[in-house]
Amino acid sequence: MTGDVLLKATDVVKNFPVRGGAAGRRGPVVHAVDGVSLEVRRGETLGVVGESGCGKSTLGRCLVRLGEVTSGRIEFEGQDITRLSRRRLRPVRPGLQMVFQDPYTSLNPRRTVGEIVAEPLLVHRRGTHAEIRATVADILDRVGLTAEQADRYPHEFSGGMRQRVGIARSLALEPRLIVADEPVSALDVSIQAQVLNLFADLQEQLGLTYLFVAHDLGVVRRVSNRIAVMYLGRVVELGPADRVYSTPAHPYTQALLSAVPRIDDGTPAQTPTRERIVLSGDVPNPIDLPSGCTFHPRCPFARDNCRTERPPLSVDATGRQVACHYPLG
Amino acid sequence: MSEPLFEVTDLQVSFRGRSGPVNAVNGLSYTVMPGQVLGVVGESGSGKSVSSMGLLGLIRDRGATVTGSARFQGRELIGMPDRELRSVRGREIAMVFQDPMTSLTPVYTVGWHIAEQIRAHESISKKAARHRAIELLAEVGIPDPARRVDAYPHEFSGGMRQRAVIAMALACDPALLIADEPTTALDVTTQAQILDLMLRLRETHGSSIMVITHDMGVVSEIADRVLVMYGGRAVEAGTCREVFHTPHHPYTRGLLASVPRIGGEKLHRLPTIPGAPIASSERPTGCAFAPRCAERHDACTMQPLLTGDGHLSACWLTAPEVPA
Repeated sequence: MTGDVLLKATDVVKNFPVRGGAAGRRGPVVHAVDGVSLEVRRGETLGVVGESGCGKSTLGRCLVRLGEVTSGRIEFEGQDITRLSRRRLRPVRPGLQMVFQDPYTSLNPRRTVGEIVAEPLLVHRRGTHAEIRATVADILDRVGLTAEQADRYPHEFSGGMRQRVGIARSLALEPRLIVADEPVSALDVSIQAQVLNLFADLQEQLGLTYLFVAHDLGVVRRVSNRIAVMYLGRVVELGPADRVYSTPAHPYTQALLSAVPRIDDGTPAQTPTRERIVLSGDVPNPIDLPSGCTFHPRCPFARDNCRTERPPLSVDATGRQVACHYPLG
Repeated sequence: MSEPLFEVTDLQVSFRGRSGPVNAVNGLSYTVMPGQVLGVVGESGSGKSVSSMGLLGLIRDRGATVTGSARFQGRELIGMPDRELRSVRGREIAMVFQDPMTSLTPVYTVGWHIAEQIRAHESISKKAARHRAIELLAEVGIPDPARRVDAYPHEFSGGMRQRAVIAMALACDPALLIADEPTTALDVTTQAQILDLMLRLRETHGSSIMVITHDMGVVSEIADRVLVMYGGRAVEAGTCREVFHTPHHPYTRGLLASVPRIGGEKLHRLPTIPGAPIASSERPTGCAFAPRCAERHDACTMQPLLTGDGHLSACWLTAPEVPA
């Protein structure tokens, strides 16, 4: 089901300046994304997981060019879009859309649902008003909203319905790639499942490709074909979802998975088999990154060279990428 | 069998709504035994938070009424004068909230908060209180507590703040700790640390813990008993094993099925519960879950009682007597 490379990121770096730098000199920076290279293949869902501050959302925003990258290269459908101007980017935008986390703040409260979904069509001059109205009705139907609901305002909807509106808006221009940034984390469990199923249905019907950013490891496993695990701005492991979850190769992935609280429902799959690995301390300051492997201060297996040499993201025989000097066997 | 530490019977919490009173909690009963961890799970609007806020007198809304009974160590909390209730809160029943900044003032040091907590309930010197604060910070795993005691909340990470709040909660050795979504704002690795900490503290302080959360994984990991809430009522209660291994109520079953797991078979589609959790103002008469329930039948227009032997469920499917 996966095919050619739709989006390719090469060594993407995004730094944010922080206050405190002397005038005229470069101040300290937050290393939000610190050299990420990855490919998103047509038709797949690439999940990006990590804890808060690991740079997963910033990466997602950079890849759709919502924010300038500090360095690196982003290619979408073979075209380098890293430095395209606003005007030059305009024809690229329809192919590359975003769904945001918070359905309460990402929708304009003063516009009806119909107007919200129609806006990208109007901006990109996709047809007459009558045609646009028909398209909007069609899209709303796809996401499980009725045509009558087009005249209502976001506040009249529950969180799950609002997120459907956000998804409808992202579909308006018939994108190839949708970057979804924590699209279900504000929703109740029973609603979350409905929205995740909607993502799956739309992918099947429209052949969409997703970059799915989330912190919930269960959610990411559910939707993803491949998964990238991020820690402090870097991808530490990237591979097929099932392999990453069943046999994590990076000690951080292993610790992260072991920390997820399981519902012991009596089935063997849910009974925790491994001891929980409780990581000591907190995530280090992204302004002043640790030397070598940035995970070494918290890694139970760190050795001397982990403190000095940064492990490259290397590919093993099965195509899984791991950035660790001593990957788990 | 020992006496329950905390026994809530037929708790009702209602607010004044635009068109008449709105019942946020509608006849909730449960008990917490000494040393027990009770997990209360539910989605938004289930009444899980407002019930504990109500019985501790923490609802500011003047239009709110709380009725029923909440006996804590033999004393009735509902209707207790404010002054007296205040001395119970903090000293005997401590609370930890989702956002640690709810309990911390940015302009005072972490040590001040803990010392203040101790001095509000005990007459001890400032110096002794500070000393206790340092001990408590060490106990909850704050590195270098003698120095960190003088740090301000903003200098702490989210996980450390929640540890500091737990230290405050433990300052007076409470008999009951009520933790409302204590780990929801935290990352999963930090969450694991805080859950471990809470379990350790039960051992050392002997406190009972009531954890209110939407996350069934959290409940499964730390609770002895579970109470599943929907629409202001308990729909199912029992030990974790009973409820999670053999859920009786269709809502519990639906909720469990819709959680994407990190292990086991990867389902093509997640089972879902149709519709959305109802607002308390739109609750139907009879079973509140009926409009979303696949197993709805005629009896469901009447409210089923929470019945059973140890493992309780409020559903006509499991009720001993179905109305004719």
